[in-house]
This record gives sequence, C-alpha cells and structure tokens, in this order.
Amino acid sequence: MIRAVFTLAFAALVSLTAMGQGARAIDIQEITSPGGIKVWLVEDHSIPFTALSLMFRGGASLDAPGKRGQISLMTALLEEGSGDMSSVQYAEAVEGLGAQNRFDVGDDALIVSARMLTENRDQAAGLLRQALTEPRFDPDAVERVRGQLQAVIRSEATDPNAIAAKELARQAWGDHPYATSVNGTAGSVASLTRDDLVAAKDRILARDRVVVAAAGDITGEELGKLIDSVLGGLPETGSAPLPQPASLQLTGGVTVIDWDSPQTVVNFAQPGLPMSDPDYFAAFVADHILGGGGFSSRLMEEIREKRGLTYGVGTGLSNGVYGETWQGGMASANDKVAEAVDLIRQVWDRFVTEGVTEKELADAKTYLTGEYPLRFDGNGKIASILAGMQLIGLPADYVNTRNSKIEAVTAEDVQRVARRLLHSDQIRFVLVGRPDGVEATD
Amino acid sequence: MNILSRLTPFALVLAATPALAEMPKGISHFTLDNGLEAVVIEDHRAPVVVQMLWYRIGSADEQPGKSGIAHYLEHLMFKGTDKLAAGELSKTVTANGGMDNAFTSYDFTTYFQRIASDRLPLIMEMESDRMANLRIGEDDWQAERQVVLEERSQRTDSDPGSQFAEERSAVQFYNHPYGRPVIGWRQEMEGLTREDAIAWYDAHYAPNAAVLVVAGDVTADQVRELAQKYYGPVPPKPDAARKPRPQEPVQRSPRRIERVDARVAQPVLIRTVIAPERNPGDQQTAAALTVLADLLAGSAQTSVLARDLVLTGKALYVNAFYDGLSVDPTTFGISLVPVPGVPNDEAEAALDAALTKFLTDGPDPAQLERVKTSIRAARVYAQDSAHGRAYDYGQGLAVGLTVEDVNDWPDILAAVTPEDIRAAAKLVLDSKVSVTGWLLPAPDTTDEAARSASADAAKSGEIE
Repeated sequence: MIRAVFTLAFAALVSLTAMGQGARAIDIQEITSPGGIKVWLVEDHSIPFTALSLMFRGGASLDAPGKRGQISLMTALLEEGSGDMSSVQYAEAVEGLGAQNRFDVGDDALIVSARMLTENRDQAAGLLRQALTEPRFDPDAVERVRGQLQAVIRSEATDPNAIAAKELARQAWGDHPYATSVNGTAGSVASLTRDDLVAAKDRILARDRVVVAAAGDITGEELGKLIDSVLGGLPETGSAPLPQPASLQLTGGVTVIDWDSPQTVVNFAQPGLPMSDPDYFAAFVADHILGGGGFSSRLMEEIREKRGLTYGVGTGLSNGVYGETWQGGMASANDKVAEAVDLIRQVWDRFVTEGVTEKELADAKTYLTGEYPLRFDGNGKIASILAGMQLIGLPADYVNTRNSKIEAVTAEDVQRVARRLLHSDQIRFVLVGRPDGVEATD
Repeated sequence: MNILSRLTPFALVLAATPALAEMPKGISHFTLDNGLEAVVIEDHRAPVVVQMLWYRIGSADEQPGKSGIAHYLEHLMFKGTDKLAAGELSKTVTANGGMDNAFTSYDFTTYFQRIASDRLPLIMEMESDRMANLRIGEDDWQAERQVVLEERSQRTDSDPGSQFAEERSAVQFYNHPYGRPVIGWRQEMEGLTREDAIAWYDAHYAPNAAVLVVAGDVTADQVRELAQKYYGPVPPKPDAARKPRPQEPVQRSPRRIERVDARVAQPVLIRTVIAPERNPGDQQTAAALTVLADLLAGSAQTSVLARDLVLTGKALYVNAFYDGLSVDPTTFGISLVPVPGVPNDEAEAALDAALTKFLTDGPDPAQLERVKTSIRAARVYAQDSAHGRAYDYGQGLAVGLTVEDVNDWPDILAAVTPEDIRAAAKLVLDSKVSVTGWLLPAPDTTDEAARSASADAAKSGEIE
C-alpha cells in the first residue's frame, strides 16, 4: 500500500552521512554469503528477532524518462500480491507470522526494512523473497494503490511544506530526477501501465545494486543462507544504468509562492560539499554551530530565543548520493517573516566574518562525537545505519574513525570553510505564504 | 482512571512501595519518601540512557480562560533556575552529546533527555533543580509567548486537519476539558502572563506529582541512589495531586460537523465517540477496544474495513484509532477517505453497513488469531527500544495506572475474547451519540474525478 506520507526530495539520507566512534566498540561482521552477496552484521542474541535492511541503489531516480512515479508505485505494490498469493492472501501470510516488512523509496534508494521473529524466520524470509522476486501487479491492486498514490500527490499539492521543498528542488536540480517528486505527477502516474511496473522492477531490483545489513538474533552463517534465499532469485544486473551525478543549478534570491495561511513556510538552500571534500567535517561542525544544533545553534538563538519569531529554525548539510546542498527551513508569521529571513542572512554573514569561539567549537565537538554512539541503540536502527553506510560508500571501520575526524577540526578550519561556502547572496529562499514586505527577486 | 483512585489520599502515595512480585526482566520500581515514583528499564546493549520526568498535570487541569498555560509553562521550564541561565540546561545537554525536549498533553507534561549513560548524574541534577527552583526572567516570558503562538500557527492554524480536530473535540465534549486544545485557544494564549505561569508551577510541580522513568544502560541500584541524591531533597507539596475535573454529562444527541477549506486535498470523514479508558485493575474493556481498532483497520489488506471499503473501491484509506492511556474517558474513532468519484454520502453509508455487519457477525476467528499474533510479535519488537518502553511506563503511571497494570497489559490484550470484542463493538460502534465530521476541499481545487463526485453528491442532496 501507499502510506500517506510523502518523501521530501533529497532529505532521506542526511542522517546516515555522519558516523563515528562509539564509546563501546560496535562489532560489525563483514560476511560474504555462499552465493557471493556481501552483508554486514551486528550479532546480538538478547531479543529473539532479526532486523534486516536492504537498500537498492538509485531509488526513484531510476524512473525511466516520462515515467515519473514508476518505481514509487512499483515499490508500494511489492506487498500487494506475489507468487500464488493475492494481495489479501499475502498480507494474511505475513501477519500470521508476526513479521513486519516496510517498502519505501527515496531519491537515492529503494529501502526494504524487515523484522522477523526467530521462531519463524525462514518462513518470513520466504515471503520477503516472494515479494521481491515474484510480484504480481494484479490489475485490482494496481488501480487501488494508484488511487492511493494520487491521493498523496494531491496532498503534496496542498501542503505548504511540500510546495516549498518541491520548488526548491525544481530550481536546484535542473533535469536530474532530484528536481521532481519521487511520486510523480497526477498525469505521469495516471499513464503508468502494468508493463511499466514490470520494467520498474527490472530497472532496480537486482543484485548489482543492493546493499545489505542485519542486526539481531542471527549468526553469520544463518544470515548468509537467509540472504541467498531472499535475493538469490533476483537478476544479476538491473536494466537501468545508475543515475548520473546531479549538477546544482541554484541561484541566490527569493521566490514567493502565494498561499493563504497566517504563517509563511521558508525553505532555503545554497551550495554544499560532498563527503569526499577535505573540508567536509569542518563544514559539518560549522553547520552544527550555525543552525544544525537545535536549541544551541546561532539561528535558534537569534530568531527564536531572543525574538520569538519562529517555533523552530534549522539547517543541515543535505548530502545525497548524486548531489548536495546546504539547506534549512523555518516557519514564521506573515508579518514577521521578513525580519526572520533578514536575520538568517545576518547570521550567515557574521559567521563568515567572526568565525566561531573556542567554546562553541568545543561544545559542538562534544555533541557531535557524544551523540554518535547513541544512534546504535537497537537492532532496527543498527541495520539501517549499516546499510546506509554501504550505500554512500563508507567502510565498516568508519564507525571507529569518524569521531577522530571531528576532533581534528580547528576554528581555522571552520572559518576557512565558512569563507569558502557560506555566502548569504547565494542562498535561495522559497517562501510559501503571504509574507509582508518581502520582494521576490525573479 | 476512576473516581476512587483519583481521590487516593496523599498519605497513601507517600507510603513505601513494597517490592513487586513478578516484575518483567529488567524492570524495577520504587518510590522515594517525598512521593516521587520511579521506574527503571534496563537495556545494556548500547551506552545510552533516557531520563523522562512525567508530571501528572496537563492541559485538562487548566482553569477556563487560561487554556495553554500547561504548555506555555513547559516552554518556560527551559528559562533557567538559580543555578542555570536561560537555555543553559539544553545547551549543557547538547554540549555533552545528548538531546533534550519536552511535551505536553491533556493529562501530563513530560521532560526528557537522551544521553551517554555516564552523564545520568548531570541530567538528574539539572532536572531535579528545575523541579523546585525555576526562575522566569522578565526578558524571557514575552518572547516565549510569541514562540508558543508561532507554534500554534505552525501546528494548528496552518493545517486544516488540526484546526478541524480542535473543533471536533470541542463538539465532542460538552463539559470535560478534553474539549479544549492542549496548545490553547489563541486569544487566551495571548493573555497568559508570567504570573499565570509561576502560579501553575507553584501549584503543580512537585515530586509527589511526578513519575521518573530511566531507561537504558543503568542498573536499578544506580538509579535509586542517584534519584535519592538529586530528587530526594525536593520537598513534596501537600496539594499537588491532580484534582477531579468536570466530567461529561449523559450525551443524548448525535452531532455532525462539516468544514470546507481550500487547503484540503480530498474529503475525509472522521467519526468519534466517547469510550472508556484504561483504569487500575480494570483494563479489559480498553484491551477489547484496542483489539477492535486493530480488527477494524489495523491491516491495509485484511482488516474488516479494508476488506469491505478499500478492496471494494469505496475508500482510499480507512483507519480506526483508540488510545486507552488517559485519565478520564477518551474517544474511539474511525476515519475514511472516499475514492474520488464515490459520493461522500455513499462512502459513509458503506461504512455504516460494514460496521452493522461487524456488529452482527462479530470477529472472524482467523483474523482475530492474526491480530493476536501481531500483538505478540509487537511485544518482542518493543524490546528493541528502551525509549519506547519508557513511554509505555511513564504514560501509564502518569495517567494513574500502576506498574502492574502496565506489566499486565500485553497479557490482557492476549486474553481478549470474541465476546469481549462484541461487547466493545456494541459500546462504540452502535452509539447514538457519535460526532461525525467531514473535512472537505473547496470544490474548485479537486481533480476531475472529485468534481464529478461532488456533482453526484449535489444531485443526491448533500451539501459540500
């Protein structure tokens, strides 16, 4: 089925891009299954279930030209009938085992998150294999789920947050799939045929583009066999080439979209930097101090704490597999949003001219390094983080080296990267609302 | 909870709690001499701890005219103490690699931090400090009132679904304060003052009106020692216990409410009825209602309403919702989004027919078995999140349940019988006093299919 949520363009993988050293070593086993599939495992037998995360590279960015929404609709149909089971029969079988499978798709990956009880793990894995390798795309299920997807598209069109994110993505990414919603448009989804869904499956569900991680009550040997059974029936290669890097088209300025609401939603972005950039960690620390650090950040201090102009404002390095920005968001009353936007520019400029204090730097480092091991507190989270690391090309020992890269950042590094990247005249603000005293620049 | 337990004498709360017999593995419970109840949930898989402090006070305890004060005070609790400057608590937590936040509901106000387990003394020291020593600076309270007004704009006024929920609640409850929004009505929020906030704090923030939950990589002995050290010295307040609230009279009339808003993408029907909550030693009806909600709409393919309405092309989505963790009677609800082209009245008639059929037939044994299996599996998966279990215990105790009640809940769910479900269904699905709401898009914003739907509806006499 389609869940009534939309995927924000290029926000999906941000949380996976920063890893570090745990206060307690995280023991990642790198396994190769008998069938040759690489899997990362954190073994923990204290709770009788296994969490499994599969990520297929490319995600909805592998939609064929003119078929936007193809992979999203296909993904939602994986649990709507497969093999000799109808949609209802399949759901009955999964529910009868107490298994839980989620199928999601974003710009960078199609993500399968499964939880299986130890007592019937093989049967649960068999049902997952069936969903991935033998989906039926029965006409009644296709029409039903297509209707649900159309409802999500209509909801996006009346949600100011989605409208703002969509416009920012449109301006940022030109003709790359990042520029448009993974769910497609009412028109593109209406025209998708069953053949398009079969083609969508072949474009992405293949062994050459899957990364796998698991955590929980399973040994390496058991996991190797299980993965071979789940993925062994998939084609060796996907029919679509992996997406090309996106080139950022963003220009500085202000876009206003009229929306009848007491508040204006603001999304903003400027160029970011890839994780491979030598200054990535300096920028990561800078962002925390600037706007990423919640109540501790400069933007929150100036705009919320001192002036009460917003309930929340924040920024983040948004690093997708195929492109990156430095972006942020807030909402503010129509008659106050001009002041709030101006403050964002001022905080930006002051960051470049003044740099950061030693205390800000030290506090940012203790947060960023201390927060890291807290992420690994459950099988489901561990499996997801480990698959995400593989998706963006990080080695397993990154969990042990990441924090030292943050510790090495100096105040000079932060100021250098700020001078290089933070330019308030390069920020594109998209405002959705009825903002007083804000002029659109184009 | 019921009248008797609401009026539990203060002296009883102070009495030492005996060690409980069959506590689940890793769960322990104790009460300090000053009345602070504590639950410890051990999970040593990661070096993380969550501290949650639940005050048994919420928006439903506010006086008329002061709506929003519970939530406003929650914000002001970050504005400092004798020892901490405004904002310093959050900054200290962050600088130590943790995160913190707070939330307010009808029945409780909760503060929490998530941090490396060796920092538990630090966060306990700061949390216990603001239990007794809050200082709200002259400069801070007005800016923060703007912040909560912006929060209202963002959460409620920018979202027609939230606005509609607020009005449906006001229609649902004639007399009980659950009819008022937690965040407050705007014009009353605008008039809240620092004095209002301090009065609220002085009256309600005390160890004997709070529940401490610590979950993660800690032992019960550690938590007991630290809790005694930091919270133990905070004096109790004799009148801090929650007072009874105005209760609902007998309701006699069904109500219908309709709202058209251009920001709505498609019509949605939401029907609610007042339903009993979980009470100490008496959770069977609530368990049956919980299983009933699962049977009706817990699966997108196999549930009663999915089968009768979604698979038949009448509805895009169905949902049934019920949460028994509440001080006073709560609501059981059903929602539905019609398939474009299906007139709203036809979708609603199909819903009524499906519910009538369920009232006649009762639960399908195979489906009930699957729901029970899902509940049993969810119990295993729940072990994966110490934070989640902290919510279960904290919320349970905050609304007046005992630790045993929370411990017993999964078994009570597992023991629900088809007869229990029939009785629960009769209670909430056969009610003559439900509130039925339709949230509708403006006619010109809908797509072509929906336009033909409203044309059909107009022919059948329905007003959209």
